[in-house]
Amino acid sequence: MALILTEEEVMLRDSAAGLLAEKAGVPQLRALRDAGDELGFSREVWREIAELGWPGIPVPEAYGGLGYGYTGLGLVLEQAGRQLSPTPLQSAVLVGATAINELGTEAQKQALLPAVAAGEILVSLALQEGPHHAPEHTALVATAAADGFTLNGSKCLVLDGLAADHFVVIARTAGAAGETEGLTALLVPAGVPGLTVERRSLVDSRGVAALRFINVAVGADAVMGEAGAAWPGLSRTLDIANVGLASELLGLATRAFELTVAYLKERKQFGKVIGSFQGLQHRAAELFAELELARSIVLQALQAIDANDPDLPKLASAAKAKLCEVAQRATNEGIQMHGGIGMTDEYDIGLYIKRARVVQHCFGDYNYHLDRFARLSGF
Amino acid sequence: MNNLEQFRAETRAWLEENCPLSMREPVSGFEDIYTGGRHPEVAHPDQQVWCERMAQRGWTVPQWPREYGGGGLGKEEAKVLQQEMARINARRPLDSFGISMLGPALLHFGNEEQKLEHLPPIACGEIRWCQGYSEPNAGSDLASLQTRAEDQGDHYIINGQKVWTSYADKADWIFCLVRTDNSGSKHEGISFILFDMASPGVTTRPIRLISGSSPFCETFFDNVKAYKRNLVGEEGKGWTIAKYLLTHEREMISGFGAAPKKSVGESALEILGADASGRLANGILRQTIAQYQLDALAFSATMSRVGDEAKAGQGLGAASSIFKYYGTELNKRRNELNMAVGGEPALGWEGDVYDGGGTSRDWLRSKGNSIEGGTTEVQLNIIAKRVLGLPD
Ligand SMILES: Cc1cc2nc3c(=O)[nH]c(=O)nc-3n(C[C@H](O)[C@H](O)[C@H](O)COP(=O)(O)OP(=O)(O)OC[C@H]3O[C@@H](n4cnc5c(N)ncnc54)[C@H](O)[C@@H]3O)c2cc1C
Ligand SMILES: Cc1cc2nc3c(=O)[nH]c(=O)nc-3n(C[C@H](O)[C@H](O)[C@H](O)COP(=O)(O)OP(=O)(O)OC[C@H]3O[C@@H](n4cnc5c(N)ncnc54)[C@H](O)[C@@H]3O)c2cc1C
Repeated sequence: MALILTEEEVMLRDSAAGLLAEKAGVPQLRALRDAGDELGFSREVWREIAELGWPGIPVPEAYGGLGYGYTGLGLVLEQAGRQLSPTPLQSAVLVGATAINELGTEAQKQALLPAVAAGEILVSLALQEGPHHAPEHTALVATAAADGFTLNGSKCLVLDGLAADHFVVIARTAGAAGETEGLTALLVPAGVPGLTVERRSLVDSRGVAALRFINVAVGADAVMGEAGAAWPGLSRTLDIANVGLASELLGLATRAFELTVAYLKERKQFGKVIGSFQGLQHRAAELFAELELARSIVLQALQAIDANDPDLPKLASAAKAKLCEVAQRATNEGIQMHGGIGMTDEYDIGLYIKRARVVQHCFGDYNYHLDRFARLSGF
Repeated sequence: MNNLEQFRAETRAWLEENCPLSMREPVSGFEDIYTGGRHPEVAHPDQQVWCERMAQRGWTVPQWPREYGGGGLGKEEAKVLQQEMARINARRPLDSFGISMLGPALLHFGNEEQKLEHLPPIACGEIRWCQGYSEPNAGSDLASLQTRAEDQGDHYIINGQKVWTSYADKADWIFCLVRTDNSGSKHEGISFILFDMASPGVTTRPIRLISGSSPFCETFFDNVKAYKRNLVGEEGKGWTIAKYLLTHEREMISGFGAAPKKSVGESALEILGADASGRLANGILRQTIAQYQLDALAFSATMSRVGDEAKAGQGLGAASSIFKYYGTELNKRRNELNMAVGGEPALGWEGDVYDGGGTSRDWLRSKGNSIEGGTTEVQLNIIAKRVLGLPD
């Protein structure tokens, strides 16, 4: 497949850029943050986004979606990264819809995906338990009960957890910590007795929750796919999620870089613009080169999802690791090259570094994915 | 027992008796550092007790002469005091711009009257100072500063604006660079003057940092009166003083590069676990941490080497020019590693579960270390031009 965008994709990208800049950009993020908004996004703006059909982009047509694929979704996420958009696109579409599609039974897909594609319900993945992404170390237990399972344990970093209507909960029904066998995905409604959802305040001020399960009872029909066999579907869900987050990081890093280059052309010291100092010029030029590489690896990984490429796991880790590296560098250099003003909350560059580190961390950071990339490359 | 050993024994006994137990804990963050002043911010009442007791002996500034509120200690004794404080993990009783920046400059360039008036209140934490150097159009190019001071006989009238003035809204006095003459080169005509921040015409507007706190300000001067007796050095010759003071500021900032008690590697092992052979499980992270710890070790060896050379009378070597640059870059690397090692809790911002976001706020604050006190780029330019003699 050629590594270029189709005309249709370009149109989608441009319309996403327009809407997000107007309705869900940095000013809206600041307003939500400063108001201490519980959800961290506006339901009203989300409805407008839903009317455009974006939540249905990756959902197959058979389940009420657009069946447009992940390359298209990646373009929207890249724009969301540029604008630091506060929306549930990541939690509910990139991850939630994908989890149902990859892990759910036919009945679950029919019951939920049309509403997810319409943006009417939000589904969030509840996976991480400790300080780091370590899915095979899942310890939340689901014990078999008379007509289903009883859940005990806790989860953290559940994106938009306060707004979610359902959770895809990864639990252990068999096996020991560290084993991929014995993991089960369960569909749990938000209001179920014994489940507490608590808001957590992270550095990027988006809505994130921690969940606690105390004897939460779910029916046998909550099991997604087959009990104990969630790993292949979970693994693919995570690969897709990481490529989507790499798209978001691409947009974010590119925007941070553009802000920086604009400042280099504008700020004067020693009687000339600081962009005339070669010490800064070379660093900007190097970053430009890195961002071009980053753009290519993200596009290649997005296309690998849609093409069902068996190399997806390796490409997903490659894209995520590369984008973690480049986003970290672009945001760090962004602050440094701005000087004092880069340290102020008033200026936007700081918001970019904050969002970057949270996205970098979700579903495995640079160290995790570079290591995984090496393993999947056979060394 | 020789004199130094006796001094050590006495110091140990005095510290044991006088250092409150709560002051034998490392500070928990910027807010926990005692800075004194007319309206001191007191995180714990023992801070004031500890400061007062130490100030009575002159040990807030052990090497300053006694007549200026110091301890009058020689280098060797000061080192013993430092070692004995470190032995019981005693904090420094007072940390301020007066101690680390203005004091050394006044001792070197101030006249006797100025030393007697301004040094003792610094030593006992009575007056807190801020630094009025940077302006909106004079950051790295500090010498192009434009804040004007007009000669009015026994005083000047000051008009202009400073920016990024740390703690200007909390400080009592300011040491300020002003332009008294515009006719020569930009380095000439700069004067170094002191005045009270409570003077009519001074206003400050706090600026919030990305780390959430508001320690620095925009500072405006509208016909502010500053007496000539508070002009340090000669009129128009302030640049030399300004630069001398900066070498002390940078020393303080580069000190952030010193390795913490618990190493990043140890924390990583606790949080992320070991493989079967006891190595940190993730090999990529292990290498990054090892590289950082190696550089931190070599950096502190360099600080010691330069210090020992200076003590042996060999003067401050060229190696000292790398301190600010390297120390702050190291501190940024350490904070970046704290984030990577800490994972989800380190990304926290508010709330008890996240300890108020201590890790992320420190990480964000550390980004300023390579900007304040002369940016990394300015430091590298100085090394390239002044040390290596490379042409412009
Ligand atoms: C946390 C913090 C606290 C501070 N506290 C104080 C204070 O108390 N008092 C005070 O007076 N000031 C203070 N400052 C200001 C500080 O000294 C200035 O921010 C600093 O000197 C840089 O100036 P600037 O911000 O104008 O950046 P600029 O000079 O505009 O620099 C922007 C970028 O251009 C680069 N650059 C500039 N010139 C060159 C060159 N010739 N070659 C290569 N690169 C170059 C810089 O390195 C930087 O990356 C503080 C700053 C911070 C961040
Ligand atoms: C916080 C801080 C701490 C500092 N600490 C020290 C210190 O300890 N010791 C010390 O020596 N200096 C120190 N400086 C000053 C620093 O060295 C100078 O800012 C820097 O070295 C430039 O020197 P300068 O001001 O003499 O500028 P200049 O030497 O005049 O110029 C600096 C740069 O600008 C270019 N330039 C200057 N004028 C022009 C022009 N008209 N057109 C085009 N290009 C021009 C030069 O080529 C050069 O690259 C510090 C500065 C700051 C802001």
